[in-house]
Amino acid sequence: MKNVLLQTATRYLLPLLLLFSVVIFLQGHNKPGGGFIAGLIAAAAFSLHALAFDAASTRRLLRVDLRSLIGIGLTLAIASAALPLAFGRTFFSGLWTSIGGDPATGDPGLKIGTPLFFDLGVYLLVVGIAMLLVLTLLEPAGPTYEGPADESEGDAA
Amino acid sequence: MAIVTAVSATFLLAALAPWLGRVLGTRAGWIFATVPAAIAVWLATRAPAILSGTPIEGRLAWAPSLGLELAFSIDGLGLLFGLLISGVGGLVLIYAGAYLGPHRHASRLQSFLLVFMGSMLGVVWSENLLGLFVFWELTSISSYLLIGFDHERPAARAAALKALLVTGGGGLCLLVAVLMLGSIGGSYDLGALLDERDTILASPWLGAIVVLVCLGAFTKSAQFPFHFWLPGAMEAPTPVSAYLHSSTMVKAGIFLLARLDPLLGSAAWWGPLLTAFGATTMVLGAVLAVRQTHLKRILAYSTVSSLGIVTMALGIGTEKAVVAGFAYLLAHALFKGSLFMVAGAIDHGCGEKDAERLGGLRRAMPALFTASLLAALSMAGLPPLLGFIGKELLLEATLAAPTWTTALVVATTFAAALTVTVAFLAGVRPFIGSLAETPRTPHAPSPGLLLGPGLLALLGLAAAVLPATAATPLALGAAGAVLGDVPEKSLALWHGLTPALGLSALAVAVGAGAYAGRRIVRSGLDRIGALDRVGPERLYGAALKGLLAVAGGQTRLLQSGHLRSYVFITLGTVVLLVGGTLWLRGAVPFDAGPENPTWPELLVGAVIVAGSIATVLSRTRLAAIAALGLAGYGLAIMFVLFGGPDLAMTQLAVETLTVIIFVLIFRRLPQFRSFSTPLRRLADGLVALIAGLMVTGLVLVIARTDTDPTLARWFGDHSVPDAYGRNVVNVILVDFRAMDTLGEITVLAIAAIGVLALLRPGRMRRRHRGRAVS
Repeated sequence: MKNVLLQTATRYLLPLLLLFSVVIFLQGHNKPGGGFIAGLIAAAAFSLHALAFDAASTRRLLRVDLRSLIGIGLTLAIASAALPLAFGRTFFSGLWTSIGGDPATGDPGLKIGTPLFFDLGVYLLVVGIAMLLVLTLLEPAGPTYEGPADESEGDAA
Repeated sequence: MAIVTAVSATFLLAALAPWLGRVLGTRAGWIFATVPAAIAVWLATRAPAILSGTPIEGRLAWAPSLGLELAFSIDGLGLLFGLLISGVGGLVLIYAGAYLGPHRHASRLQSFLLVFMGSMLGVVWSENLLGLFVFWELTSISSYLLIGFDHERPAARAAALKALLVTGGGGLCLLVAVLMLGSIGGSYDLGALLDERDTILASPWLGAIVVLVCLGAFTKSAQFPFHFWLPGAMEAPTPVSAYLHSSTMVKAGIFLLARLDPLLGSAAWWGPLLTAFGATTMVLGAVLAVRQTHLKRILAYSTVSSLGIVTMALGIGTEKAVVAGFAYLLAHALFKGSLFMVAGAIDHGCGEKDAERLGGLRRAMPALFTASLLAALSMAGLPPLLGFIGKELLLEATLAAPTWTTALVVATTFAAALTVTVAFLAGVRPFIGSLAETPRTPHAPSPGLLLGPGLLALLGLAAAVLPATAATPLALGAAGAVLGDVPEKSLALWHGLTPALGLSALAVAVGAGAYAGRRIVRSGLDRIGALDRVGPERLYGAALKGLLAVAGGQTRLLQSGHLRSYVFITLGTVVLLVGGTLWLRGAVPFDAGPENPTWPELLVGAVIVAGSIATVLSRTRLAAIAALGLAGYGLAIMFVLFGGPDLAMTQLAVETLTVIIFVLIFRRLPQFRSFSTPLRRLADGLVALIAGLMVTGLVLVIARTDTDPTLARWFGDHSVPDAYGRNVVNVILVDFRAMDTLGEITVLAIAAIGVLALLRPGRMRRRHRGRAVS
């Protein structure tokens, strides 16, 4: 049933697509892109993997439990909004810092700010939700779920 | 800022508790307790300054552009409650660790307890009524999670829901009252509102405000007729009962009444309402407590009674009464918290919860017996314990009450007598007499189980013997916050041979008699048990049933399960509302089309149309999906042609995933067949056509409308200098309007939970292997 051509192509395409998704994510602030779009692209890439192989191997590849990924994304977004409060600023005000900037030459350096982490939260959440949908639908319907194992690390093991 | 740090540290620890709990194991409670302990020590060091009239203040600007900020202030009232919340809270965290032991969700309980603690601190320290309301609701929600902690048991879930609905309903009343106060007084800050006191007292809405505030407070503090949720909440694990349902959450309602007393105290209905409902609750709770034999339920009903006492004291409103109320509140938190933890330790040690089936435990648990005895004596109001001081002051206050004096004195003495009975039933009975058979062989409690009840009981003794160190300043400080001036008074064990002492002696004698003859008393009380059938609990049950019936009926009506009717209703509504408006205004410029369409545009348009037609005509599902995808991709290219690269990329990605998800869903459906009659298909086609026409008209109208360019220009101008981004679309999403995005992704996450539950019902059936607790 599994197509060798598709599987082989996926092995080469997946890293490229994920790299593309990262580029789209990072350039989002200045050029077309951003967390939402990049998240969808990454989800499409992983969906390709899931279709070429199977849901179980994609879950192994992702390592993180998707439910946790959604939680992590949301937490990251809220945390980046709340972080300015610790510096006496208001909720959701952007905090920026730059790495390697040189005021003498006017080089702004690499600017890092809380909106970036907010966008990263959106990215992770979108990947989590889209993959949760795709993988759950791909798996056989209605198996009895035993709950996360008490000792091992759940699906990622 | 220290206040803000204290509240946020509690919430932060709550967020980290699940991980820390895994690392620290069963000792976690001791570590977690350091945070509330630090808060208590901080409060104690700052107490002299607060009591001498300089409250601690702290503000955290939240969204100043919306006038929202978290404003905190600790005065005498906040100090008393803050010490109780942090002090008892720390002990409960340790106790809960020992009580649950290696329970697999032990750290979850600790986390919920910490959320509750932070919310409660927020309630009692809030200077802003909106802030107070938010924390108030958080206590209801955390209480729901705590009562329903053992969520595998239907009884626990039902009790949690009952508490949530009753206190949540009251919360809504409080919200309305807060909004009314804010709109009349022009501010939500308590200080500013106090300045507008005369305006508020003269307002025609004053009556409504008083009633709504009382509804909020009475539901939270389990006053008659809302008292029934509290005994039900005993389904919670005992540490929760000891913390929420004796010493803190149920006192939030009383706190609210005390906090708003300076503002609303002179309203005509305020005093009589509080006095009447407080006194009724006091007597009713005491009577119902004597009827019980289940240890925790005895304590729960007697808590209802005690809460009635404090409400009544606030209602009487004299200086004596208010001081008595707070002295009693402090005493109650100490002895009732202790007795709850004793009940839990007994259950933990021998697996029995029924007071009448317990006996002779003093040999197996001597230290616990000492703690229990001290707490019970304080509850019975015997010297030399704080409960005695509280009760004496209370009797004095009722003797001097300006109205309804005789009735109040009789009611208070009667309740005091029954409280003696209840104290012996719950605190002494299990330990004396001959050793009773229990499911487990009784063994002495571990240090973690003993520390809480022991320390609280000892504090009840120490505070009474040396009243000047803590009890007097705390009670007077809180009373000062209500009365305006700190009263000149001091708490003492000996008041001389007063009428109050005589009433006290009478109450003890009657109570002891009732304890000895409790079989007769109970059978007498059982005769009035017929009243249960018309009680408010029944009313609650009927209301809940009615609500579910209505919900079920309207769901069956609207949610037929046929996709066609959903689409029909949705599209029909939109067409009717939007299309109807467009039609009536006659605003659609159907003659307008794109000016000079280019060849690529026409080509892509043709592809979209062809895709749509192919979707409708296709005979297999896969073909339909592929054709639909064609239309979607065509649209994405159209976005590219019209200079919207962000939209185009999103459209492409969404389209790809939609096609995949469609394929995966349709894989599970039966064969693609046509079930509908030609007539129905004609009707469906007509609906689709009208909907399409309406959207076309809408787009044409929008294209012709001149939108205000101010906002667009502002975004363009501020994007680079303020947010360091040249892609305005993205800057709006993650910076300028990030609040919207946060709301959207939250909704997405909630929807994902729903989808997961729908797709995998098997996941809901998993079994817990943890030990059940109650």
